[in-house]
Amino acid sequence: MTDSVAIRSSDVKATAAPLTANKAVAGPRVNGRVVVMTLYLLFLMLPIYWLVIMSLKTNTEITSGLTLWPQNLTFDNYVTIFTDRSWYSGYINSLTYVLINTVLSIAFALPAAYAFSRYRFLGDKHLFFWLLTNRMAPPAVFALPFFNLYSAIGLFDTPWAVALAHCLFNVPLAVWILEGFMSGVPREIDETAAIDGYSFPRFFIKIFMPLIASGVGVAAFFCFMFSWVELLLARTLTTVNAKPIAATMTRTVSASGMDWGLLAAAGVLTIIPGALVIWFVRNYIAKGFALGRV
Amino acid sequence: MTKTLNNKAWFLVLPVFLIVAFSAVLPLMTVVNYSVQDTFGNNQFFWNGVGWFQELLDPTTDLGGRFFDSLWRTLLFSAIILLIEVPLGILVALSMPREGWTVALSLVLMALPLLIPWNVVGTIWQVFARGDIGLLGWLVNHLGIDYNYTGDPLDAWITIVVMDVWHWTSLVALLCYAGLKSIPDAYYQAARIDGASRWAVFRTIQLPKMRRVLLIAVLLRFMDSFMIYTEPFVLTGGGPGNATTFLSIDLVKLALGQFDLGKAAAMSLVYNLIILAICWVFYTIMTNVDAKNERAEA
Repeated sequence: MTDSVAIRSSDVKATAAPLTANKAVAGPRVNGRVVVMTLYLLFLMLPIYWLVIMSLKTNTEITSGLTLWPQNLTFDNYVTIFTDRSWYSGYINSLTYVLINTVLSIAFALPAAYAFSRYRFLGDKHLFFWLLTNRMAPPAVFALPFFNLYSAIGLFDTPWAVALAHCLFNVPLAVWILEGFMSGVPREIDETAAIDGYSFPRFFIKIFMPLIASGVGVAAFFCFMFSWVELLLARTLTTVNAKPIAATMTRTVSASGMDWGLLAAAGVLTIIPGALVIWFVRNYIAKGFALGRV
Repeated sequence: MTKTLNNKAWFLVLPVFLIVAFSAVLPLMTVVNYSVQDTFGNNQFFWNGVGWFQELLDPTTDLGGRFFDSLWRTLLFSAIILLIEVPLGILVALSMPREGWTVALSLVLMALPLLIPWNVVGTIWQVFARGDIGLLGWLVNHLGIDYNYTGDPLDAWITIVVMDVWHWTSLVALLCYAGLKSIPDAYYQAARIDGASRWAVFRTIQLPKMRRVLLIAVLLRFMDSFMIYTEPFVLTGGGPGNATTFLSIDLVKLALGQFDLGKAAAMSLVYNLIILAICWVFYTIMTNVDAKNERAEA
């Protein structure tokens, strides 16, 4: 765990430092780098651009031929979504189970991550590995048993069913990420606090939590994200009352006379939550996706 | 950092243990239960022993043939994905700007596809690749190439692979970039004094420093491509024919489409065991690398 500390402390100067050296080593290839980066970003942005402008076109314009930007700019598709209950309730449902799941995952994961980062105990390595396997488990395997389980306990078609089901991969994810951040906090702080007479809960909330605040933020962001992007379990566990926006979208696709503009607008609106917060977590994206192991 | 031995730590882990056991072990027990039984409908089950497993693992039966077809398709897909995304991700990481506002901009733009709901990723490419209303499909068709991802199996494969490269290459790139940033400046200065070539710098400084993150990247990309479901489901629905029916899609068809509980359960267990085995291999390598790093630093 020492190396994660080392990496973090070097982060600050590393952004600025190697480049002078690197430029000299790389020599005239600096232009090659710009070309690669530009092409790559262009490749990433084109499909998104296409979705966005499509959501601003009328359906006749979409189907009547290819236009690179909207000829008759229209916000009708967005108006439809925000005024039709069957549409916007999808967003509310999704947000409800995502938020429940995020709170649950973080609350459960905090003490466990602390235990993993500070203590050795019977079966700790096996438990840690077992958590990892659940992050890797294919949701398809769990779709049917979850369907039976949540029907049996009467949670089927409620946000709680999806929120609990997503704990399968989000709790392990949160434990792994938080453990990575907590291991970066020196043990001496725990010991000093104990000597100063702090009880464990008071130490944890007053002293420890502020130290790992960014870790909690990153873990919460990734729980939010992975719950938000998942569709298979969310669709299996809901029918009407808790139907997520993603499922609402798939149904509209099969409706007669495909409403492309509306579909695109709904898609754009699902990208927005990620796009809004991404700026704040930009330096932690790699760490979060790598289960706190970078 | 040395950790103290304290079995009371189990009390801190207990909530996580219980909730994950509730979400993972309990459902898996139902699966085990189904996998050894057959049903006449009406909720009447009888013991079938390892019958389903025998059928599943025998490629000459219907079920077995179908299972192995999907398995090979999924493995082929994962292999193609890794072969494209890992080198491309490294290339992009090496091409990242080194300072200024472009760094933050590149990071944000690169991460954007990672945060899009998976079914929307499918929708984006479904629209983008269509011959009539999509920019990509329209362009390719106007270049004189016959391209139709809903009709031609090869086109469907290419579209899914390009979609996945679009979706996930940034993950590899971001991880590699994080690894590159941790290289101290002194290493580059030493290389410059030695007059090392660009390739030598990459081989002897950058690649070894990226080994750890690359391992994680390969693990994540392999696992996620091995259980891919939503994106191809939205894009092609597993078609044309069964050309893009990956293991997850096949399993969901079997379990929730046909309600063939015994067969689906047996397939789930085998699928899960494969994942578990691969996961264990990666975990072992990862902890070994970690231990080696810690020894090197100590």
